[in-house]
Amino acid sequence: MISTIEETRVPAIAAGSREFTSVPGRWTGLARQLPALPLAILVPFVLIALFADWIAPYDPTEPIPGAKIFEPPFWMEGGSVHALLGTDFQSRDLLSRLIFGARVSLIVGVTGTLVAGSIGTALGILAGYLGGWVDQVIMRLTDAWLALPALVFAIFLATMLGPSMWNIVIILGAVYWTRYARVIRGEVLSLREREFVKLAEIAGGSRTRVIFRHILPNVLNSTMVLASLTIGVVIIAEASLSFLGVGVPPPEPAWGSMLADGRSMLMVGDWWLTIFPGLGILLVVLATQLLGDWLRIRLDPQLRNM
Amino acid sequence: MGQFMLRRTMYAVVTLFILSLTIFTVVRLTGDPVTLLAEPGARAEDLDRVRTEWGLDRPWPVQYLAFAKNVFTGELGKSFNYQMPVSTLYFQRLPNSLELALAATLISFFIGIPAGIISAVRVNSGWDSFGKVVALLGLSIPGFWLGLVMILTFSVWLHWLPTSGQGSWRNLIMPAVALGWYFAASLLRLTRSSMLEVLRSEYVKLARLKGLPGYVVLAVHAFKNALIPVLTLAGVNLVVMINAAVIIEVIFAWPGIGRLLYEGIFQRDFPLVQGIVMEAGIMIVVINLVVDILYAYIDPRIRLTK
Repeated sequence: MISTIEETRVPAIAAGSREFTSVPGRWTGLARQLPALPLAILVPFVLIALFADWIAPYDPTEPIPGAKIFEPPFWMEGGSVHALLGTDFQSRDLLSRLIFGARVSLIVGVTGTLVAGSIGTALGILAGYLGGWVDQVIMRLTDAWLALPALVFAIFLATMLGPSMWNIVIILGAVYWTRYARVIRGEVLSLREREFVKLAEIAGGSRTRVIFRHILPNVLNSTMVLASLTIGVVIIAEASLSFLGVGVPPPEPAWGSMLADGRSMLMVGDWWLTIFPGLGILLVVLATQLLGDWLRIRLDPQLRNM
Repeated sequence: MGQFMLRRTMYAVVTLFILSLTIFTVVRLTGDPVTLLAEPGARAEDLDRVRTEWGLDRPWPVQYLAFAKNVFTGELGKSFNYQMPVSTLYFQRLPNSLELALAATLISFFIGIPAGIISAVRVNSGWDSFGKVVALLGLSIPGFWLGLVMILTFSVWLHWLPTSGQGSWRNLIMPAVALGWYFAASLLRLTRSSMLEVLRSEYVKLARLKGLPGYVVLAVHAFKNALIPVLTLAGVNLVVMINAAVIIEVIFAWPGIGRLLYEGIFQRDFPLVQGIVMEAGIMIVVINLVVDILYAYIDPRIRLTK
């Protein structure tokens, strides 16, 4: 059965690149072609997020003793090297908050995407493979959830559930699964008619077995491509919710809520409170987009135009 | 055609039913709705009064029917803060949101369509790469951060534009750019792929073979046909922008529907939040229905396939 799966995968991969046909050569080929720019941006952010406790000069939730509020970065007049990028309205260190903010953004981005991808892929497979009324129920649910603008729906759920980081993960997962369900269902509909699935069914494989052995492995590429598209959207959505005060609650440092904090000083021209957190979001999302483009071309040539 | 319209309308009704059921369930799953429905700090007897008033002491199906009736009669509940039906408030704010959304649509047209056409006509050239960068930035720069940076640049530093309020084009330009930014990128992508498809078609080849000048082929034969999906997207985007411009309206103090929703969140004006979410869902389901029917009217292939 394993050989059947490999055979069905080969055409899609071979269409992308010849090197991918042999399994051992696949990963060395992949390493050689890794996209430099997105990784050069993303890897430092991931490292910063992982080792935030060691890197950050101060506790991001506590004021720096003796520091003033709204200190500018060190190179400007009134700034000091104690708080390299200045302080916020509670005289907390901006740099430390940015560092820990990276952790919040990445955790929510990755886990939120994971939740959305799992729900959407599972429902998509069920709808496509089982068909009938299951399909009808799932697809009508998908339509209904797609009818609401994602952010408005997320705001509504966040208002109901109350602010917390893990609530946000669940909410964003619950809001963004619909696209997976649509795409995966479509793929399963055509997979269901393929010989290797029919053969597995005739050979007496249970539905569960067919789904896990034959359907799931063949839709995972699409799930990954969709995930690469979703992750940036999820990060921006988290920042938006936090900005509006229904996302990650204070004093936890999230880039979105830092932007909201900096808004009051925008009129006075304290630009650093707005520019730095925004640049953080921009760079991370840009890198995930570029990585997604690369992944899309690698994994599934048919999805290039998405 | 009649059968197609009937089926689509049925789907829309089912979608709205599930949507209302979702909102209804979420509210009741997240705790005692009375605490949400009553004004904060209400006394126990007030809570009881609210419970009877909203019929929350009755069984769930009865409650749902009452809720559905409220949606059907178009009242959508009564806001605490304003002591008015939510629908009245919604339609009061609608013109403001429409103004902003139209301006944003115009801006996304000015950026997205010409850039998309040039990218398609000069495919794989420097122009195309430039277009790709614009599209990438459009998806990576959060619109609300762009708004903040524009306020900083054009209001605080250059003193060119007012930071907020409503009245002239000078108030409108920054929120419209911030809102239209993301949609400009998606229009660019769609215009490009739509133009590429049309340019490869037989009738464009024929027009070229007839010896028509290049610009005539582009303007009359290619552009007009490539425009159909683009305009559809713009129409749907317009409705989304009307309902989902929450952060942009907050940042620029624009008195639209998004800001009404934001006020609702902060004043714990729960019926207001619930009503706006439902109203947004209705608007989008209706516009999608209209688009589907128009498409089927133009293209018979659509109404014949299930």
